Amino acid sequence: MNEFIFLFNSVVISGAVIGAIYAMGAIGVTLIFSILRFAHFAHADLMTTGAFVTFFLTVMFPGVGPAVGLPTAFVMLPIAMVLTSLIAVGIDKAFYKPLREHNVKPIVLVMASLGVTFMLQGLVRLFAGTGSRNLFVDDRKEIFRIDLPWELASRKIVITEPQLLLFLFTIIAVVSLHYFLTRSRLGKAMRAMSDNADLARVSGINVNVVVIVTWVIAGSLCAAAGTLLSLDVALKPDLSFNLLLPIFAAAIVGGVGHVYGAVLGGFVVGFAESLAVFNWAVVLRPLARAMEWDLPRSMALVPTEYKITVPFFILIAILVLRPTGILKGKVI
Amino acid sequence: MLADYKREIILFSGLFALILLVMSFMGMAYSTRMLVEASCYAIIALGLTIQWGYAGLFNAGIMGFLAIGAFLTMLFSYPVNEDFWGSGLASDLGSVFLKLLIGIVLIVGSMQLGRFGVRQNVRRLITLILIAITYIVFMNSLDPVAGAIESEVGFIGGFGLPVWIGWVFGGLVAGGIAYFIGHICLGLRSDYLAVATLGIAEIIKAFLKNADWLTRGTLTVSPLPWPTPGPAELGFVMARALYLSLTALMIVVIFFLLTRAYNAPWGRMLRAIRDNETSALAMGKNVNKRRLEVFVFGAILMGIGGAVLGSFNGIFDPSGYIPLNHTFLIWVMVILGGAGNNLGTLFGAVFVYILWTMSEPVALWVFDVIRNLGDAWFGWEAPGDLDSRALQARVFVIGLTITLVLRYAPKGVIPERVAHHHE
Repeated sequence: MNEFIFLFNSVVISGAVIGAIYAMGAIGVTLIFSILRFAHFAHADLMTTGAFVTFFLTVMFPGVGPAVGLPTAFVMLPIAMVLTSLIAVGIDKAFYKPLREHNVKPIVLVMASLGVTFMLQGLVRLFAGTGSRNLFVDDRKEIFRIDLPWELASRKIVITEPQLLLFLFTIIAVVSLHYFLTRSRLGKAMRAMSDNADLARVSGINVNVVVIVTWVIAGSLCAAAGTLLSLDVALKPDLSFNLLLPIFAAAIVGGVGHVYGAVLGGFVVGFAESLAVFNWAVVLRPLARAMEWDLPRSMALVPTEYKITVPFFILIAILVLRPTGILKGKVI
Repeated sequence: MLADYKREIILFSGLFALILLVMSFMGMAYSTRMLVEASCYAIIALGLTIQWGYAGLFNAGIMGFLAIGAFLTMLFSYPVNEDFWGSGLASDLGSVFLKLLIGIVLIVGSMQLGRFGVRQNVRRLITLILIAITYIVFMNSLDPVAGAIESEVGFIGGFGLPVWIGWVFGGLVAGGIAYFIGHICLGLRSDYLAVATLGIAEIIKAFLKNADWLTRGTLTVSPLPWPTPGPAELGFVMARALYLSLTALMIVVIFFLLTRAYNAPWGRMLRAIRDNETSALAMGKNVNKRRLEVFVFGAILMGIGGAVLGSFNGIFDPSGYIPLNHTFLIWVMVILGGAGNNLGTLFGAVFVYILWTMSEPVALWVFDVIRNLGDAWFGWEAPGDLDSRALQARVFVIGLTITLVLRYAPKGVIPERVAHHHE
């Protein structure tokens, strides 16, 4: 029984945590891809930037959290989301818009976004250093250990407060995004833009507003994902490409342009990662004892050092087998 | 004739003056080392200019091709590890790879089952199962052998062959990896190639860093032999100058071949595809095949460049490969110099490399000034890791350069020359 609780802790919970993070990133990537038609490489660093915005807010007002009973960083999250959205809109105005107006090929925008990646990376490390930090400045991370009622289960299910907040936030974000995209005028305009940009333009949709709203959504989700990830582990300035590859894999697996596809893809990639690096020997050990097998010490499908190969091969597999993604994306 | 090349002459004279300036300030030993490194980067940049400039392919994983080139040079040229070959481990390792080979043969065979009327779904299922079995068997049998190699003999060592064989194989393997990636991604949107190359570069790095039995991982391998007499025999300046003449010769040959290819029908076809894919398709050109060719050729040049650079550095350190220095610095060289123009690329490579090496002391100096001024005027206490942060300012500058060049000089300082043949 204990073995299954171990499996639950290290596959189901950690897979769901990382999956939710990937999902939030992939929603932004997929929206930008379908509305602005380019792969936004600066997305992971926008997440890091968002997390650092939260960090600075938390350092400035460390007392807010204990007063409300939540981690300070989480209380500061809405402000950080607004600020990161402003940064995202500003980046678009300064670097992408002039290129778009020159009618460059989409790939040039991809290059520009790589330039932005390095600018954000440079700025974050210039102001905050290269070491990793803890988002809990004045408060402590709460960890819940849930006892199971069965006799054999002495191990406990472990879940932390940031993880619960992350699940809650993801559900709220996805549901409200769903209602925004299907019910509101602006959301419908965004979907029209992603279906056919020219047709949307001639039917009187204000393209600039749609673009700004896209960046606001992407930016706030970046801030949220970055902050919640750093709350759960630590605030690292060097995640960048290690986070970017799974996010792109998630967006492509789900089908580019599909918000629900991005969520689905995020969880697919997240669970695939945690299943691949899970040491199956732990679960098989009782069985092996009964059958008198000789099990190797580690039976992970992929050694932890090679975790980055998992999203890559998922990506390759989906490009070979079904390049449109699970939900039939529009842009190929 | 010369009047046409006024811009080039001015820019290259300026570059020459800059090199002389560096020589007079930093000494010959330093500047020859810098020039050799710049020339290696020039080979790599020429590889990128044919991918991006000739064909418009976005390669975000140059680092991986460099690392694989350097690794193969290490493998072929490093002296033989007698302990390893003397022990029974060599045959153990051989049997592991024999298993892998059998697996690969079976997988390739299963892909051909379609000829015998097996349905596609069934075929794919068989292939996937075979891949999974091969993978698990290979990993399980490699693990104990790799562990034994690490604990008993360190690593498998090199083959002790001449360096140039390593360079050739470095280029070939880089080309092989490019073929695999290009085969999958080139038919799709151009962004997918960027994502896939980015991924393969990180994977190659992760592999080289963690396969201790093969590369000694973070322990690094040194000294790598040079193809020319080393500093011990000739002294630093002469040895580096000799190495520089070798790389310069390679650049001349590559440059000549590329210029021929660019003006040949093959190069014209590539430009036609780059500029208007639809009409090239309508003219009956095989777009994906041409792209695959140019992608593989570019990767071969990158592999060779990485190999030459690796030999020159004399140390193989997989963790020393970082995307900024080994992918995006080269991007800056190419787009600043002029993508698609070989002369422009050469200029960009040498110029940007000099600026890059010079920027390190400059950044440290600037931040030292800021620290002192801040202390004197505002009583500001600088953070302890200011020096490491100062180097991060260069990252910002690289990013800013990329975006500014794309916006204000999208063709680079020496733009591509499109030859117009008038009657």
